[in-house]
Amino acid sequence: MFKIIQQTLRTGIVTTGYPATDADVTPPFRGKPVFDFTLWRDARSAADVCPTQAIAVRDQGDQRTVTVDYGRCVFCGLCAEAGSGEAVWITRGFELATRDRSRLVLTAQYELNPDGTQHRLLKAPDSDTDIETAGRAAHAEIRKLLGRSLAIRQVDAGSCNGCELEIGALNNPIYDIERFGIHFVASPRHADMLLVTGPVTRNMELALLKTFRATPEAKVVVAVGACGISGGIFGENYASLGGVDKVLPVDVYIPGCPPRPQALLHGILLATGRLAEKR
Amino acid sequence: MRAERDDEIYLLCGSPDVRAVVGHLRSEYEARMVTVFAEDRRSEEGVFYNYYVLEQRGNPQYLIVRATVPAGDPQFPSFSAELPAVNWQEREIQDWFGLTATGHPNPRRVALHDNWPDVHPLRKDFRMDTALPHFEGERHIYRPALGEGVLQIPVGPVHAGIIEPGHFSFAVAGEPILYLQLRMFYTHKGTEKLFENLPIHRAVFLAESISGDSSFSHGTAFCQAVERAAEIEVPPSALMTRTILLELERIYNHVADIGAIATDVGFAVANAHASRLREMLFTLNEQLTGSRLLRGAVCVGGVRRAWQPGQQNTLRAAMDAFAREFDDLIAMIHSSDSTRDRLERTGILRPEKARDLGIVGVGGRASGVDLDVRRDHPYAAYGQFSFRVPVYQAGDVWHRMQVRIDEVKESIGMVRTATEQNLYGAHCAAPQTIPADRCAISAVEGWRGEIIHWIRTGPGNRLERCKVKDPSLNNWPALVEAVQGNIIADFPVINKSFNLSYSGTDR
Repeated sequence: MFKIIQQTLRTGIVTTGYPATDADVTPPFRGKPVFDFTLWRDARSAADVCPTQAIAVRDQGDQRTVTVDYGRCVFCGLCAEAGSGEAVWITRGFELATRDRSRLVLTAQYELNPDGTQHRLLKAPDSDTDIETAGRAAHAEIRKLLGRSLAIRQVDAGSCNGCELEIGALNNPIYDIERFGIHFVASPRHADMLLVTGPVTRNMELALLKTFRATPEAKVVVAVGACGISGGIFGENYASLGGVDKVLPVDVYIPGCPPRPQALLHGILLATGRLAEKR
Repeated sequence: MRAERDDEIYLLCGSPDVRAVVGHLRSEYEARMVTVFAEDRRSEEGVFYNYYVLEQRGNPQYLIVRATVPAGDPQFPSFSAELPAVNWQEREIQDWFGLTATGHPNPRRVALHDNWPDVHPLRKDFRMDTALPHFEGERHIYRPALGEGVLQIPVGPVHAGIIEPGHFSFAVAGEPILYLQLRMFYTHKGTEKLFENLPIHRAVFLAESISGDSSFSHGTAFCQAVERAAEIEVPPSALMTRTILLELERIYNHVADIGAIATDVGFAVANAHASRLREMLFTLNEQLTGSRLLRGAVCVGGVRRAWQPGQQNTLRAAMDAFAREFDDLIAMIHSSDSTRDRLERTGILRPEKARDLGIVGVGGRASGVDLDVRRDHPYAAYGQFSFRVPVYQAGDVWHRMQVRIDEVKESIGMVRTATEQNLYGAHCAAPQTIPADRCAISAVEGWRGEIIHWIRTGPGNRLERCKVKDPSLNNWPALVEAVQGNIIADFPVINKSFNLSYSGTDR
């Protein structure tokens, strides 16, 4: 017993200061890909290598629509390597959680050259996903309900278990989510929040619905990871229904494949309206 | 008979002879059945094929019996009665392809739940985007457990912790478990069918999503299969890098499991340290590959990134720090008599049962099954290493933990040796066209055990078929066996000592 205490003392405090301090993210980390739509000369090569069609190109006559969907992105970094020149680069950004699914999608329109490359940008995307400003009033209400302590029921509705590893890491001494009064509970009847990973499989749809119904009001649903948001690489097929919002109303989306623990924490705090206070 | 390559021999046989041929190989050569799977070749050759992959101790070759199954008479003889190891795999063939396993002792559905309509998704004429009706009716009828005082406890599919879904039906008499029935495949998401719809460079990422905690192992198994099919020579330093990353994946999972086993018997401090150590390794993974789970690190032809100056030192320093802390962790666990008391003789899987059920990996080695793909069919750079494969006979939770402890130590040694090599050579072979209609098998010893990928390439950089076998598929019956007679309160720790992947099973 004495040795165990000694070892604990020797280890000291390992808990991260995030989100009060910046996250400890190492330089090689592949986070959010960023696009300079004005510089982008040809989005086709990036669309071709993208494993989940997060980058998609649609040509109509001499015009091209390019969409970038962070809700599908698996952060592989291939788009920045696929002959995109200076137009695409990978950052260490990971705070991508949002209440509004449409904020994860960027759409740009181009006029094309005869050879199929992009001649000039006709319409730049409306917004970027960095800052979450929508719904301040709703924040206050949710914060009143859930701001001081939060019970989360995690539901795997079909994931590959990658998201579960990172959600599990929230309980380790580094991220120590209990310091926010947030804890994971065994029953949906004790839960304020469902933290759902996907894609939602045909075989899990009913179990997910029953879990949702068993959760008392007021409840929030958070969709985790590319698969939870959009079906990810699995998409929609005979066995997969796609993202969580195909089955349940989703309050917050947390992109990533899987989202790192700080990204999960960011999304959970966003969902409880506690983010502004922490930054 | 045809040798696709030196270590991959195909033996063609007609449907009526398969029992005799496979039976002979098993009895005369003591061949072990690695996996059984099917392929729909009706539009090209007018038949289905069943593949029986066999290996023989001390022989690095895979012998693959390819047996025709006539399209007009879609049935094949079952081996499950004498070889329980293929029970689920034969039933999968029934479900996916609509071929009947004649003589199967329990021919009920396994992969498709009972309520699924009469479809066979891996048949070529079944469309990927087929819309099926929502769930209705019965998923699975469990055998009733009868007797005075016998109680049936349903658990799942949504479990109490942060884990994957599956349904367990326990029959208990008081505290001891009489019988456990499993219903898996809740996370089935059409993975094998999806492989047939994706170009190969995208399919690598699908392979990484078969089981997230084995991203690099499954990704490597897949890339190896493509490289073997297309005769791509992977540069030596890329093979060494793969070996390093495969071992890092093993270490991070093993140390997490050691902590989880400790916490399931109430030793939470040990788990706090273990989860801190896993975090050290996640950070190291990120420093080496940009991804905490080693995602997007492997590619067809090698690895995505060359080593950067300083990375080798980072790796060496991290391994030194980890090795010291790991020893402290194990000393702490070993100093706790109550932990040992709870884990010894708990959840015993006897060696003869493990052999019959075809148990592989950690669960097998703790029960006398001396298999390790790294040694038996060397891949990546494993041929250059000598390492010990720990094997115990006791088959309890304690020894499944001990196998992990021993393996972590061996892995640390391997990674340290590898960091002394010159890693600065080419990191990837030049991209090339993948020729059509080539078959190849690939095996990787993931941290759970033997991972098999088998592919047939198609035209246009695509696949005709990709069979994936995660070790979890073999090993679920081990859990059923190991929990019998144990108290239900010990189920979590027994389950954790196997720590099988639901997603890897269900795909």
